[in-house]
Amino acid sequence: MTSAGYVAAIPLLPLAGAAVLGLGGATLQRRLGKRAIGAVACGTVALAFALSVAAFFQLLGLDPEHRLLLARLFPWIHVGTLQVDVAFGVDPLSAVMILVVTGIGGLIHLYATGYMHDDEAFWRFFAYLNLFTFAMLTLVLGDSLLLMFVGWEGVGFCSWALIGFWHKELANTTAGNKAFIVNRVGDFGFVLGMFLLFWTMDAQGHGTLVFRELAQHAHVLEGVGFWGWPVATLVTLFLFVGATGKSAQIPLYVWLPDAMAGPTPVSALIHAATMVTAGVYMVARLNFLFAMAPATLAVVATIGAATALVAATIALAQNDIKRVLAYSTVSQLGYMFLAMGVGAYAAGIFHLVTHAFFKACLFLGSGSVIHAMRGEQDMRRMGGLVKFLPATSTTFIVATLAIAGMPPLAGFFSKDEILWQAFNARPALWAVGVTVAGLTAFYMFRQVFMVFFGTCRADPETRHHLHESPSVMTIPLWLLMAGAVLAGFLWLPFGLFVPFEHWLAPVIEHHGEVHAATSGRGVEALLMLVSLGAAAGGIGLAYRMYASESLRPETFSEALGGLPYRAVLGKYWVDELYDLVFVRGVLLCCRATAWFDLHVIDGLVNLSAAIVRGCSWLSGLFDLWVVDGAVNLVADVTQFAGRRVRNVQSGAINAYLYVVLLGVLGGVLLYWSWAAAS
Amino acid sequence: MGTLSLGHFVVLGGILFALGLFTVITRRNAIGILMGVELVLNSANVNYVAFARYANAGYDGQVFAIFVIMLAAAEAAIGLAIVLGIYQSFETIDVEATDRLRQ
Repeated sequence: MTSAGYVAAIPLLPLAGAAVLGLGGATLQRRLGKRAIGAVACGTVALAFALSVAAFFQLLGLDPEHRLLLARLFPWIHVGTLQVDVAFGVDPLSAVMILVVTGIGGLIHLYATGYMHDDEAFWRFFAYLNLFTFAMLTLVLGDSLLLMFVGWEGVGFCSWALIGFWHKELANTTAGNKAFIVNRVGDFGFVLGMFLLFWTMDAQGHGTLVFRELAQHAHVLEGVGFWGWPVATLVTLFLFVGATGKSAQIPLYVWLPDAMAGPTPVSALIHAATMVTAGVYMVARLNFLFAMAPATLAVVATIGAATALVAATIALAQNDIKRVLAYSTVSQLGYMFLAMGVGAYAAGIFHLVTHAFFKACLFLGSGSVIHAMRGEQDMRRMGGLVKFLPATSTTFIVATLAIAGMPPLAGFFSKDEILWQAFNARPALWAVGVTVAGLTAFYMFRQVFMVFFGTCRADPETRHHLHESPSVMTIPLWLLMAGAVLAGFLWLPFGLFVPFEHWLAPVIEHHGEVHAATSGRGVEALLMLVSLGAAAGGIGLAYRMYASESLRPETFSEALGGLPYRAVLGKYWVDELYDLVFVRGVLLCCRATAWFDLHVIDGLVNLSAAIVRGCSWLSGLFDLWVVDGAVNLVADVTQFAGRRVRNVQSGAINAYLYVVLLGVLGGVLLYWSWAAAS
Repeated sequence: MGTLSLGHFVVLGGILFALGLFTVITRRNAIGILMGVELVLNSANVNYVAFARYANAGYDGQVFAIFVIMLAAAEAAIGLAIVLGIYQSFETIDVEATDRLRQ
């Protein structure tokens, strides 16, 4: 472990950028123009990238067992045995991630300065984008599960804010809300997993959430049960629920296609290259825990393969250029989880990196197309764009070849590695993976042929407007294309100066060889040929259906009564099902509780109010008749007596004198009778 | 026929007092009342002088009688002034009518 304060600057630079842009962006944009905003946003990320490269080289110079740069900022939560500091750590795994986040993120920032140029809220967009970069870097660099969760929530928030960035349209904000709410479901699992992990670790005398301490002491969970379940399985299952939310896996993948409502750079950065890979990263980071839970690994692998297949089939029938890519992202994330589930952590992370390059390139390319088509996203109105957009189409086609797994492009290496390791662990899932490889090649080339080849189906006005994007947008495309071509070579021995797998070894070393090479290179070559064959088949089919048009798509869409086609077109009606079960269910619960509130709770409240009112009415009566009555009685008696006595005071002097006389006479008589008696 | 005794004077004083008191009570005319008061005062004078003569008590009784006569004169003056005031405010000197003090 080496102390390196500059590591903290990697996440804090984008945070500073977000603070400057968020607080003073409007003024800055008015005074100095959009160029200044772009400079701040891109500059902070570029600096962070430079620091990431520096950190990478410092790590490289260290002994493999001690490759950890730590920047401890300040103590955060110290309660009982819970000791959490705000500390950022760069180890081989997070070094790869920060290079991806700041490198590809920086290119997307640059691209966005061109793409968002006409937007009035330019500064707000970049404030969010920088804030997202900060949150993502916190997620990756945080040295404890809790700090990772802060970043985890932060990227969720930024994702919400950016999906609904064009908030004047209800559909966009609804999509943002959907993403956020679905993510919250997953986050609930994450939190439960974290609590259970800390609680049981604490019970075993090692209460900690810091990753390297967890790795050191996780073995104490061996054999510990919770309600009859092994704790390690429960914890990892809960955490995996969190991963399915963030990384769009079954059953929580539904938000990602809708997230395409955001601006295209957002889709590229958040919903393809970085944020959605957070779940994969988390599983790789906690690989020592997942290795203790074979049941969870089986679930992860199965869910991953199933998601890859389901999303790939849905992508076959989509007509929105971004939706095809969105389902493709879901499908590729499925690959990564398949890799995690079979213990091929390095291969999964490798696919994460290569996917980040070619998917970012594809998304930015689609953004360039949408930019040229003046907002049109329907592929049925495109076609023949290769003539108008030479740079975009070249980069897009190369990236498509990469995702289809054509050698020697990036996707070939990573996909092949995952499939090979899957074959060693679970051959059935390998078969699914190969099928998905074929489907991927088909739908991606369907997209290429529909968008860039054939006749242009756009209306004349749009066709007249068609133009290549400015160089701030095409330069990132070229660079990302270069990444999509070259990233695959990282797997080779001379890749990151060391082979990718060896580079990650210190982080995942102990469990990496669970499924270590059980089949030889000969088998691997055979498998490679099979998956290449599947991909080539997919491309050939797409060519016949959408380029040479020698095969009608309807041949398939009308097969089996058209039901499979309609199921795929309708996205298996999962959204409708969720709407029916969860949204309507919750609304029903709402209405029931509202009724309960209205009639029972309010009834009780009203009843008690009525009782109080009755009591006060009674006490009012008592006051009126008893208390006031007593007072009035005294007054009345006095008044009555006064009226009676008043008559004596007639004012007639004669009468007074009579009384005096009678009194004196009476007195004398009394005296006499008294004197006579004594 | 016997000589005058103290008893005769006391009876005379009593008769005078009774007459005065009767006048005061029955008269509705304020001046009549004042006259009754004079009778009552004079009955007291008779008693003073008689008891002074027959009880050998010196001249104290006579002196008091003189005081009473003087007092009666003053009383008559003040009383008549009051009656005049009453007449000015009520335009009558009927004591039955002048009963406004009670309100």
